[in-house]
Amino acid sequence: MLKTWFRRLSGTDLIMYAIGVTVTIAIIWGSLATLASGKYSLPQWQDLVVFGLAQGSIYALIALGYTLVYGILRMINFAHSEVFMSGPFTAYFVARALDQSGFLERSPVVGMLIVTAASMLTSLVIAILVERVAYRPLRNAPRLVPLITAIGASYALQYVFRGLYGSGVERYPELAIFKGEWFLAGVRVLRTQAVVIVAAIALMAVLYVFVMLSKTGKAMRAVSEDKDAAALMGIDVDRIIATTFAVGGALAGAAGILYVLIFGQVQFYMGFVPGIKAFTAAVLGGIGNVPGAMVGGLFLGVFESVGPSLFLDGLGIPAPYQLKDVIAFAMLVLFLIFRPSGILGERLATKKA
Amino acid sequence: MAILELNDVHTYYGHIHALRGISLRVELGEIVTLIGGNGAGKSTTLNTISGLLRPRQGDIRLYSEDLRLLKPHEVVAKGVVQVPEGRRVFGRLTVTENLEMGAFTRQRGEVAAHMERVYALFPRLKERRRQLAGTLSGGEQQMLAMGRALMAQPKVLLLDEPSMGLAPVLVDSIFDTIRQLHGAGTTILLVEQNARMALQVADRGYVIQTGEVILHDTAANLRENESVQKAYLGVS
Ligand SMILES: Nc1ncnc2c1ncn2[C@@H]1O[C@H](COP(=O)(O)OP(=O)(O)OP(=O)(O)O)[C@@H](O)[C@H]1O
Ligand SMILES: [Mg+2]
Repeated sequence: MLKTWFRRLSGTDLIMYAIGVTVTIAIIWGSLATLASGKYSLPQWQDLVVFGLAQGSIYALIALGYTLVYGILRMINFAHSEVFMSGPFTAYFVARALDQSGFLERSPVVGMLIVTAASMLTSLVIAILVERVAYRPLRNAPRLVPLITAIGASYALQYVFRGLYGSGVERYPELAIFKGEWFLAGVRVLRTQAVVIVAAIALMAVLYVFVMLSKTGKAMRAVSEDKDAAALMGIDVDRIIATTFAVGGALAGAAGILYVLIFGQVQFYMGFVPGIKAFTAAVLGGIGNVPGAMVGGLFLGVFESVGPSLFLDGLGIPAPYQLKDVIAFAMLVLFLIFRPSGILGERLATKKA
Repeated sequence: MAILELNDVHTYYGHIHALRGISLRVELGEIVTLIGGNGAGKSTTLNTISGLLRPRQGDIRLYSEDLRLLKPHEVVAKGVVQVPEGRRVFGRLTVTENLEMGAFTRQRGEVAAHMERVYALFPRLKERRRQLAGTLSGGEQQMLAMGRALMAQPKVLLLDEPSMGLAPVLVDSIFDTIRQLHGAGTTILLVEQNARMALQVADRGYVIQTGEVILHDTAANLRENESVQKAYLGVS
């Protein structure tokens, strides 16, 4: 058993395993060193975890868009980061108008719901447009072609929105109801963070029920397994694919408003980093796997929030917080090498890819 | 009047001329079988009828309505439903969910009654209704594939090699089901490599070879035909 395993190991495998083991040891070593030094207090750790959960729930919502589309078309929709940007960037003008008229001050909840609806609707429309214009004509092209188109669509959208709304950073109006903090079992949670986490979980629950129980959700699963068989059942495959893009887009639009609650500002370039992080989260959770995207998002959010203080600090790396993104992408690379099927183990390689 | 009629249908895969002028017709309540060797063009014929492939030339009519330009889901909505070769059940959906997908074009209110009828025809499926289709045996998957198509209440049922890869007992039971459906008045176009069984249940048959109909007659006559016996019934 062990022998055959050894014989099958090639040189590159050995190097890969060596890297994996080194990274694992470094993480454990760094964490132990940090914890032993007692540099951070418990509330500080709690703050980092809560921030990570809030950030992670946003990643999770965006990651669902990647995973739903991958599940159905086996392609990475790299324009999804711009689908995410288009919502809150457009809704900013709605928010500003509502703010100037005083409506947002008077009824902040209704106001924010209107802004969120505007964001979701915009992202939904953009997602459908991308599918219709950029992907559908290439449905039967070799797999590399839609990938290149996706990158093209991504840049095209960035510059369309820059052309429409300008390249400046726009600040959303601040609302009194989102200021302040709550304590939950002794843990401090900013109001914005609480709203983000609760809203994201609610949306994910709705999505899960939709995919598992609704007629359209079942058809989405059928199409993702076998398009021709689904068509032979009378399912309009094109419509189901468009619906999938629409659902992913609406979730990204909602995620955009949650992003604004935490970071307060929008810009044409804002989709890039969250988009690629969410893609990482989708891979972590097992791309194509809906619960996986949720788990992957939360995991990545917490990991990159806690990670710098936890193990980079312990390893004596200066200014560890600036290495947050490095952690996320190192994770992506490590997962692609060692566990491409992701945490929840959708059998990516064995499936008829 | 023929319920389903193909007239000089030509279908290509790129440059490959797979159907070279297929003409056939199926009358109401009939079982018509399409027999032929590997690569003769049987599946291509069914997929052209179903709209998965576009014929470059020729007519496909359901009653006198043109099906040629319809998309696959529209063909299903017209009442022509295919059970594809290799069953193609949705492995990660449950048995019940697979049947619901079969009823995709039907009104919500009808589904429960149709499902009871399918379960009555295949009691085995009812026992396994909560199981994922991917965990069923080959025979059960074939029952599910047929049950799923019946959920759409087809006017014409297209069966592509329903006996493929099944043990002899199961082949018998699938053909029993086909007889039962025939008895209930279902119109069937049956593609088979198992010509012996197919010619026993069918009313009429077409023999196709390299994309052309080389012979068509009543099933009884085809069973007696010497060249058919030699080529497809293993009689020497
Ligand atoms: N996707 C495809 N691309 C190119 N050629 C194809 C394709 N599918 C089938 N063909 C060709 O078309 C011809 C008819 O194939 P078809 O699948 O209709 O045969 P069949 O009669 O169903 O055979 P079998 O009994 O093996 O299922 C064959 O020569 C086959 O090689
Ligand atoms: Mg075939």
